[in-house]
Amino acid sequence: MSQTVLAITEQSEGRFRKISYEVLSEAKKLAGQLGGSLTAVVLGSGVSDTDVAELKTYGADTILVADHPDLAVYTADAYVNVLAAIIRDRDCKTVVLGSTSCGKDMGGRLAARLEAGLAMECLSAAAEDGKIMVSRPMYGGKLIARTAIEADIRMVAMRPKAAQVTRAEGAGQVEKIEVDPGRIRTKVVDQQLATGKVDLTEADVVVSGGRGMGGPDYTVIENLAAVLEAAVGASRSAVDEGWRPPSDQVGQTGKVVSPNLYIACGISGAIQHLAGMSSSKVIVAINKDPEAPIFSKADYGIVGDLFEVVPVLTEAIKKIKG
Amino acid sequence: MPKVEIFVFLKQVPATESIIQVADDGVSIKTEGLKWVINPYDELAVEEALRIRQEKGGTVTIVSLGPAKADEAIRTALAMGADKGLRIDCRLNQYDSLATARILAAVMKERPFDLLIAGYRAVDDDYHMVGPALAELLDIPSISMVIEQKIDDNTIRCRCTVDGGTMDVEASLPALITTQRGLNEPRYASLPGIMKAKKKPIEVLEAGSLGIDADRLEARVRIESLAPPPERSAGRMIEGESVEDKVNQLVKALSEEAKVL
Ligand SMILES: Cc1cc2nc3c(=O)[nH]c(=O)nc-3n(C[C@H](O)[C@H](O)[C@H](O)COP(=O)(O)OP(=O)(O)OC[C@H]3O[C@@H](n4cnc5c(N)ncnc54)[C@H](O)[C@@H]3O)c2cc1C
Ligand SMILES: Nc1ncnc2c1ncn2[C@@H]1O[C@H](COP(=O)(O)O)[C@@H](O)[C@H]1O
Repeated sequence: MSQTVLAITEQSEGRFRKISYEVLSEAKKLAGQLGGSLTAVVLGSGVSDTDVAELKTYGADTILVADHPDLAVYTADAYVNVLAAIIRDRDCKTVVLGSTSCGKDMGGRLAARLEAGLAMECLSAAAEDGKIMVSRPMYGGKLIARTAIEADIRMVAMRPKAAQVTRAEGAGQVEKIEVDPGRIRTKVVDQQLATGKVDLTEADVVVSGGRGMGGPDYTVIENLAAVLEAAVGASRSAVDEGWRPPSDQVGQTGKVVSPNLYIACGISGAIQHLAGMSSSKVIVAINKDPEAPIFSKADYGIVGDLFEVVPVLTEAIKKIKG
Repeated sequence: MPKVEIFVFLKQVPATESIIQVADDGVSIKTEGLKWVINPYDELAVEEALRIRQEKGGTVTIVSLGPAKADEAIRTALAMGADKGLRIDCRLNQYDSLATARILAAVMKERPFDLLIAGYRAVDDDYHMVGPALAELLDIPSISMVIEQKIDDNTIRCRCTVDGGTMDVEASLPALITTQRGLNEPRYASLPGIMKAKKKPIEVLEAGSLGIDADRLEARVRIESLAPPPERSAGRMIEGESVEDKVNQLVKALSEEAKVL
């Protein structure tokens, strides 16, 4: 049986997203355990050779470049058609991708097409006697499931920030391949993308504001986020009030984040919110109510008015960051 | 297009405020005492279907794969205003996500439809997969994580959330969309709605009657054990004379102890 592990990379604004390196690192580990090689695939239009060569330093033995005008913007149809053909032609039995918005959109389709076993939102993966074992959160993070993927083709979708990025040396053979994106039934008519902004799920630091913000003015939060190069999050209450867009919501019915540092400001710490952020490495809570449940999960808590504490914190961090 | 034939895929799940405990078998959850609700994303799907029906006419059918208890959730959707229900009987979480999609696809192959609406995820198993997999099996386009939609003639145009922003995407019907928070505010069932729902039909099918090969329903993804994540314990409350004092202690702790600055 071929033991080629396929890593599906993602780009944005012409650069590899961080999830791509995480996917490669986890795939490299699996390839090692399976005694196989690592193939990375890059899909896009006008992909440059020099850019993709970088993947070699994350252990890619083969780098497939699928370059086609129809792959310039992501569509599930085109990506699934191209990837399914690659997986079949190259006899890849293990596929690693990111549990990103694209990964979630195409993962289910690709798995259905290939009759593959797919686990989304994986925290880790390992090859163990013929199956791939993953651990993944369920019930919005309230439980962790050790899950076996037992199928001819096994697909692992890594949750952003779960895998450790590790450098490794691969042969890095670049191969341009002919691809047929096929019929594309969805048409992207417009995009509203924040350029240069870190996505919540990929950010190393997240600063969130809840109902304690008292209104849509998030300036104090944004200022703190700016000095920390952080992404801004929100509780559901703040989203329901219309102060922040739904894409900013952290929690069981929002995004699950696991940054190195999570700063919750004016958030009480409801179970649904905790589900979305309790895998953060360090949690800081700022809340004027000393009884707020958030403090029971926080590494550091400050009781106080966020409008007084946060600006002082911003200045203090500005100082040490120089 | 005059009328829209809509099917909504709905799963009954434990309420999100529930404390979830692992059952003695180690692979399922304790169900006693849990409050069960419509998966919140599927509630958005029901609401959106009702709004489309109101504008265009047509019927809204609720489809759920689950045990008899799931009839409660279907009934709630009927009380919100859906026309009829269809339940494919199985044990709680008997099938993995691909098998679920396969069963739902087999049901849909027999029925004419214009629009299918699923949640983008079920908040119990969090598979994030059934909607797109179902669309693939039915060979129709799908649009994920929709926060706004509009149907004109035969085209559905959606705004959906993607990492880093939103995107406007179009497809021809029949199509499947998955819901994302922000799409709408689901209505509550009214008292007359609840009364009416009692008379609305819920058809029950057996998965075995759908003519799917048993080996295609075998789990490809199987839970071997479930456990709560490591418990986070309360850390340190930072006491101090003034805001400046507290902040200085915090910054010191973050840079020297926690090493995250
Ligand atoms: C189906 C369902 C799904 C849900 N999913 C989510 C989810 O994904 N994410 C989520 O977050 N919630 C979710 N919720 C909602 C959740 O139950 C809580 O209602 C919500 O998290 C509360 O938000 P909050 O902490 O901002 O507001 P509140 O609970 O109102 O807390 C506000 C806090 O701010 C503090 N405060 C007020 N003013 C100040 C000030 N000036 N300075 C400092 N502190 C101040 C208060 O002491 C209080 O603790 C869900 C609920 C349901 C029913
Ligand atoms: N047992 C089920 N019955 C009906 N619909 C389901 C079922 N399981 C999942 N779905 C649909 O698929 C969506 C995504 O679920 P999942 O892939 O399990 O996260 C849900 O929001 C439902 O719309």
